[in-house]
Amino acid sequence: MTVAPETGLAPATAVVIGGSAGAVQALLRILPTLPADYPAPVMVVVHIPADRDNALVPLLRDRCRMTVKEAEDKEPALPGVIYFAPSDYHLLAETDRTLSLSSDEPVNMSRPAIDVLFESAADAFGPALTAVVLTGANSDGAHGAKAVVAAGGVVVVEDPAGAYASAMPAAALQACPAATPMNLDAIAAYLSRLGTT
Amino acid sequence: MSRNLRDGVEDLEIGLLLEALFQRYHYDFRNYARASIKRRLVQARDQMGFPSLSAMQESLLHDPSVLDRLLGYLTVQVSEMFRDPSYFRALREKVLPHLRTYPSLKVWVAGCSHGEEVYSLAILFREEGLEERTIFYATDINPAALQAAEAGVYPLDQLRRFTANHQKAGGKSSLSDYYTADYRRAIFDKTLRSRVVFSDHSLVTDAVFGEMHLISCRNVLIYFDRPLQDRAIGLFRDSLVRKGFLGLGSKESLRFSRHAGAFAEFVREDKIYQRRDS
Repeated sequence: MTVAPETGLAPATAVVIGGSAGAVQALLRILPTLPADYPAPVMVVVHIPADRDNALVPLLRDRCRMTVKEAEDKEPALPGVIYFAPSDYHLLAETDRTLSLSSDEPVNMSRPAIDVLFESAADAFGPALTAVVLTGANSDGAHGAKAVVAAGGVVVVEDPAGAYASAMPAAALQACPAATPMNLDAIAAYLSRLGTT
Repeated sequence: MSRNLRDGVEDLEIGLLLEALFQRYHYDFRNYARASIKRRLVQARDQMGFPSLSAMQESLLHDPSVLDRLLGYLTVQVSEMFRDPSYFRALREKVLPHLRTYPSLKVWVAGCSHGEEVYSLAILFREEGLEERTIFYATDINPAALQAAEAGVYPLDQLRRFTANHQKAGGKSSLSDYYTADYRRAIFDKTLRSRVVFSDHSLVTDAVFGEMHLISCRNVLIYFDRPLQDRAIGLFRDSLVRKGFLGLGSKESLRFSRHAGAFAEFVREDKIYQRRDS
């Protein structure tokens, strides 16, 4: 892709990923394949119980070459870093490419909600955004996927046929016909290519 | 229309609406973090049945009743009593022993919303024998939220959660001692608010109003942009007695603040800070 640093914010690419039931295993297949100098920030929402600490961060930190951390309010979204939404907070991307948290009411009975991240990231990154919907047993992420495509971004969905839970990827595909279904290895390869072209 | 042009219009509409809200009614959301504000405005537009944000703005300018409804969308937080029990446990075990040394105390809950937190603190202070010497200030910008806070009535289905939180926070009494329930609501004991002053106050536009020993402001600052966060934290610094305490939400911190140097971390994991001596 063309990178034009002199235009400031314009060329930055970003990746957002959402998953629910079975998503930890799926993330373990995808995120460790990305190089340490990955050229985009990766923001991730996984549905986890509100009162449990985010054990995902230490789990993935040990296995990823990219930096893995829990997203902090108002920090810049930097390339090479994977940001996890903290439990019990929504994660949003701002148009100045910073992250913010909110304790607004749950969306799709979830906080963090995938729709909230995807919709805000669609506004912030427009056509430079790639969104990935993984396994899950609800329909969170479907509205967000639609918003990503409407803003010119790309949506990739885990193939429901091979997913641990098919409802969420199926809902995303239904809401968003432009989305491409892929298996986990293909998703990993696709995201890695963002880093090499 | 291209995407950029369309987006430009919506961002412009948001900017104009927030400006109208400020100029007309002096509610200033202009420096709130934009992504959340946008979600809330879009939700308000859709649920109130306006075809666009500009249409909502026109109605807002001419009809104050639209303001009340819009404020409901822009300000109301979902909270619970003793949310993040370890915070209240840290107050009980680490902060109150210090507060006990003062003959009289002032506590400020900034952004009190429906009052869950100020009732939690009143119960905590009563359990620890400090209620009698304390005045609590519970402030918010939304008059409807302040009214709800003053009423102290919560849906019964939330009480199981409140009760569990209270116990995890080291509660020395039973939460049911403090409310009467009918089949759908719990009404909290009005003596809990005998020491509480409910008042309209904005962290964006208002100033210091008293010398506080403890300020609790949780999950409010995350809605502000950086400069506005700094304003609010400066206001807290100026409102605290030396060695006074500031409690923030579990994902908030002073780390990036201009005023970080004015505070010391007191209980790091529970985001409780102490104002330095100087």
